[in-house]
Amino acid sequence: MSRLRRSRLKRWLPGLLLVTPSIVLIAVFVYGMLGWNFRLAMTDQHDEISEGSRFVGLENFVALWDQERWGLSVRHAIVFTLVFVGGALALGWLLAFLMEKGIKGEGGFRTVYLFPMAISFVATGVVWRWLMNSGQGEQAVGLNRLFQAVGLGFLENDWFRGETWGMAAMAIPAIWQMSGYVMALFLAGFRGVPEELREAARVDGCREWQVYRYVVFPFLRPVTLSALIILGHISLKVFDLIVSVSGKQIITDVPAVFMWVAVFDAHDPAKGATIAAYIVLAVAVFVVPYLIWNARREKRS
Amino acid sequence: MTTTAVAQKPRTAPVARASRWPVYLRFVLLLGFVLVFLLPIYVLLVTSFKPLTEADPSQAWSLPRVWTTEAWRVAWEKLRPGIANSFLLTIPGSLLSAALGAMNGFVLSKWRFPGADVVFTLFLFGMFIPYQGVMIPLVQLMVSLDVYGGIPGLVLAHVVYGIPICTLIFRNYYVTIPDELMEAARVDGAGMLRTFWSIVIPVSGPAFAVVVIWQFTSLWNDFLFAVFLTGPSSWPTTVMLNNIAGAQTVPYSQQMAAAILASVPTMLVYVLLGRFFMRGLMAGALKG
Repeated sequence: MSRLRRSRLKRWLPGLLLVTPSIVLIAVFVYGMLGWNFRLAMTDQHDEISEGSRFVGLENFVALWDQERWGLSVRHAIVFTLVFVGGALALGWLLAFLMEKGIKGEGGFRTVYLFPMAISFVATGVVWRWLMNSGQGEQAVGLNRLFQAVGLGFLENDWFRGETWGMAAMAIPAIWQMSGYVMALFLAGFRGVPEELREAARVDGCREWQVYRYVVFPFLRPVTLSALIILGHISLKVFDLIVSVSGKQIITDVPAVFMWVAVFDAHDPAKGATIAAYIVLAVAVFVVPYLIWNARREKRS
Repeated sequence: MTTTAVAQKPRTAPVARASRWPVYLRFVLLLGFVLVFLLPIYVLLVTSFKPLTEADPSQAWSLPRVWTTEAWRVAWEKLRPGIANSFLLTIPGSLLSAALGAMNGFVLSKWRFPGADVVFTLFLFGMFIPYQGVMIPLVQLMVSLDVYGGIPGLVLAHVVYGIPICTLIFRNYYVTIPDELMEAARVDGAGMLRTFWSIVIPVSGPAFAVVVIWQFTSLWNDFLFAVFLTGPSSWPTTVMLNNIAGAQTVPYSQQMAAAILASVPTMLVYVLLGRFFMRGLMAGALKG
C-alpha cells in the first residue's frame, strides 16, 4: 500500500465510520425487512401459532386475486388515485396560477391553503365523516344539509357510501389536505422562470397566453413530475384517512386497510405480507425510475 | 406570518397588461377558496361548543345558542393520557432524528467517502417505501427483542425511518457551506470530528429547526406505526382520538373537541414556525 493511498484512506475513513450506524440501520430496517416481508409472503404461515412454515413460491400472490375483497380494494385504490392525484394537481396548480404574479395578502392565502398539511388525518377525519354523512332529507347533516340550505338540494348524495363514486368522495378530504402542498411546489416553479425570458417573449410579440404556453409551462414540467410522484405514492398507501372516515368497511376498502385487517383481525401474517408486497411493488414502479432520474439530474448540475 | 423558503422574494407584479386577469377577480377567487378550506374548521369549532341538547340535524350548521365548554372538558379527560404519550414519543424522537441527520448530512456533503452517492440514493429510497412493506417483520422483530408495545420501540421505528428525510435536509443545507471553511480547518490540523463540532454545528441552526419541526409534526400525526406498534398503555394521541371518534356512543361535540385538542401542538408549531415546516415539506420534493 502506497503512502498516498494510505493518507487518502485516513482522510475519508472517519466519515464512513460516522455514517456506518445509519447505513446498518437502513440496511436492516429498510432493505432487510422488505426482503423478509417478501420471504414471508412466499410461505404458508397463515396463523401466528404454528412453528415453521413451508415455502410456497408465488401461491399467495395468485390466490389473493380469488378474493372478492382484494379485487374491490384494488379497484378502489385506482379510483381514489385518479381522483385524488388529478384533483390535487388541478387545484394546486390553479391556486399557484392565481397567485404567481403576486397578490395582496399572499402570505395569508398561503398559510390558509397549507395548514391542512400540519394536521393529522385522524383529526380531520372526524369532521369529514360528519361533513360527508350520507343522511338525506330530514336526516341530513353536514354538506347535504348545507346544500339544502343554499338551494342546491339536488347535490345531496351518499358520499363515500356510494357504490360507484364512493371512493371519489373519499378523495375530497385528501385533495383538501394536499392541494396546498402542490400549490407551494407550483408557486416555486412559476417564480423560478426568469423574468428576462418572459420579457423577451413579450418583446417578440407574444401575447400573455402565448408567454405562458411557450415559456412558462415548459418550465413547470419537472415540478409537475415531482408532484405526480409524491401524490401517487401517497395515494397508493393511503391508510389513516380511510380508517378515520369510514373505519374498516368493505365499501371503502383499500389495500393498506385490507392488510391491517389481514394481520390483526384474520391473524394471517403470510396474507398480510402478500398485500404489503403488492403495495411496495406498486410504489416502486413509480419511484425507482424517478430516483434514478433525480440522481442523474443532480450529477449533471 | 409564514414566508416560504422556496419562493424567492415575492416579486412585485410586472406592468399591467390588457390581457391579464383583473387583479380583483383573482383576489375574489382566492378568497372563495379560503372559505372552502376553512369550512371544516368552522364545523369543528362550532360543534365543539354545543351542548347535547342542540345535537339534532336541523341545527347542524348554526352557531350554538348556548355556548358551553363541557365537551372540551370531557374530551380533555379522555385524551390526556394519549397527549402525554405523544410528547414522550415526539421529543426524544425528533432530537435523535436531528442528531443522526446532522452526522449523515455532514459526511455525505463535506467529508465524502468513495460510494457516498450510492449510499445517499439508497437512503432516499427509504423515504418513499410504503411502511406497510416493513410492518410485519418490524412487529416480529420487536416481539422477539421484547420492546413491542411500548413507546421506546415506537421511537426507534420513527428515528430509523426518519433517517432518509433528515439526512436529505441536512445534506441540502450543508452543500451551501463553502468548502474553503473545511479546508481552512484541515490546514489548522483539525480532524473530522473537530471540524464538525466547532465549525459546522455552530452554523447548523436553521437545518436543526427544520428537521426537529418536521419530525415533531410527522411523529405527532402518525397513525400507522402507532396502531401497529403500541399497546393500550402507550397509545399516542392519534390512536386514542380514533378510538374516541370511532365509538358510536360519543357525541359529536366531544369528538370535535377532541380532534381540535389533538391538533393544537402541531397547529401552534405551524403558525409560529411555519417557515421551517415548509422547508421540510419542500425537501421531500427532492429539490436541492
